[in-house]
Amino acid sequence: MKILVTVKRVIDYNVKARVNADNTDVDLANTKMALNPFCEIAVEEAIRLKESGTATEVVVVSIGPKACQEQIRTSLALGADRGIHIETDSMPESLNVAKLLAKVVNAEQPGLIIMGKQAIDSDNNQTGQMLAALLDIPQGTFASKVELIGDKVHVTREVDGGLQTVALNIPAIVTTDLRLNEPRYASLPNIMKAKRKPLVVQTPADLGIELKTHSKLLKVEAPAERQAGIKVNSIEELIEKLKNEAKVI
Amino acid sequence: MAILIIAEHDNNILKAATLNAITAASQMGDELHLLVAGLDCNLVAQQASKIAGIKKVLIADSEAYQYQLAENMSKLVTDLASNYCHIVSPATTTGKNFMPRVAALLDVAQISDIVKVVSENTFSRPIYAGNAIATVESLDAIKVITVRGTAFDAAKQSDLSAPIEIITAVHDAQISEFVSEEVAVSERPELTAAKVIISGGRGMGNGENFTLLESVADKLGAAVGASRAAVDAGFVPNDMQVGQTGKIVAPDLYIAVGISGAIQHLAGMKDSKIIVAINKDEDAPIFQVADYGLVADLFEVLPQLTDKL
Repeated sequence: MKILVTVKRVIDYNVKARVNADNTDVDLANTKMALNPFCEIAVEEAIRLKESGTATEVVVVSIGPKACQEQIRTSLALGADRGIHIETDSMPESLNVAKLLAKVVNAEQPGLIIMGKQAIDSDNNQTGQMLAALLDIPQGTFASKVELIGDKVHVTREVDGGLQTVALNIPAIVTTDLRLNEPRYASLPNIMKAKRKPLVVQTPADLGIELKTHSKLLKVEAPAERQAGIKVNSIEELIEKLKNEAKVI
Repeated sequence: MAILIIAEHDNNILKAATLNAITAASQMGDELHLLVAGLDCNLVAQQASKIAGIKKVLIADSEAYQYQLAENMSKLVTDLASNYCHIVSPATTTGKNFMPRVAALLDVAQISDIVKVVSENTFSRPIYAGNAIATVESLDAIKVITVRGTAFDAAKQSDLSAPIEIITAVHDAQISEFVSEEVAVSERPELTAAKVIISGGRGMGNGENFTLLESVADKLGAAVGASRAAVDAGFVPNDMQVGQTGKIVAPDLYIAVGISGAIQHLAGMKDSKIIVAINKDEDAPIFQVADYGLVADLFEVLPQLTDKL
């Protein structure tokens, strides 16, 4: 079975995002970029399925400016077989990403599509679900366990009250939660090998998709700043402050 | 045009997050309809009909909706959508699961996790783990929106009862099925609805030590939460996690114990009214957002806290 994994280039998760001076967006100039952590888990899960003999090929796809190829190479170094880059000027909206990915899925015909549950920049948590809808296939979102049993994929999902397991017909989409696995590090020889793995570049026009604008970003602001309060010296003082000053207990 | 809100429930009780979503929806328009989809969920529809502002309750009662599987829910909601200008759900795991599917089927964008309604087509939402607030205008005819519960008050009860209309059409995609669930049992208030939360981090050392937090929680009627570090270390189950990738909370009082205050954790709790930090590292970033900080060993002060309350 072929597995398609999607990856996104985002700000490194350790970096605190700063809003630019004219409040039009977050300032990403000279910011460290990386593979979205949830996508990294998706790549790891696909590679594990290949190592266990379940998957035959792992194809990784990324959408965005040319620099995305760095994240595709990283995924190839982790063990993916080949890459597809869909080059766009900026990052398209989730629905457009899903439409582009639907074209890739139709061309590649994977048995399983593994994606991160959300990107840590837009925090949308949409693309996997949207892609599943466009393809009319089932989805296992927020997965903490993925198992192929017979002709179905069983996905244990992290839900508000605990865990829920669903059985999905194949092909299906799985979106990863943090506890699905612990991603590996790429070794230097694998990083060198990844440079020679195939990477195809396409454009939305090649795929016959016209990107539609569904929303307009009016402004981006820094959130209300929270000031550090005071230090208390004892539990007695803390309880006294909470009772009489803050009046919360 | 009217607004459709999708109720979150367990087939018996309407979940509190729905009430916050109703308040958000009431800022977009007046004609509020609430959809209750489930199995044997008549009780939920009765509760829903008595919420202030709701003009009509739609009930779709079928095995297909028992577990609110996204494949079936999205088809049901899409089928109803043409009568509505807004489709709104709480940004719970259930809402996050089926709503983007609804949006894609309608060929519109989704605006996730809104914290403010600026106008009927403009909304604010946090991005980059809450380090920036984006204001977005939707250009779509039908606006698909999920609501961050902690950003809106709960809708009140009303003396009147809205009429209940039965939806007979059953949409069963038959491509997915429910297998099992493991529900974490707790007698304490639900994390996202609690007025007081006490959370533990890696500093707790192990899962047994969380009983120290539970003793305090019992005195305060509080819920117990955890940081991602505590969950990843296996101290407590993941549904207790507060943060960007866990639950977003905004209680009156949040007590962070043995939590350093990483970006990902702050994204889940920094809108709490009062934040208390107890940590032995006086340089921990949590002290930069805490209203009251106590630099101390949690193992010494937690038992004291329980005694003095």
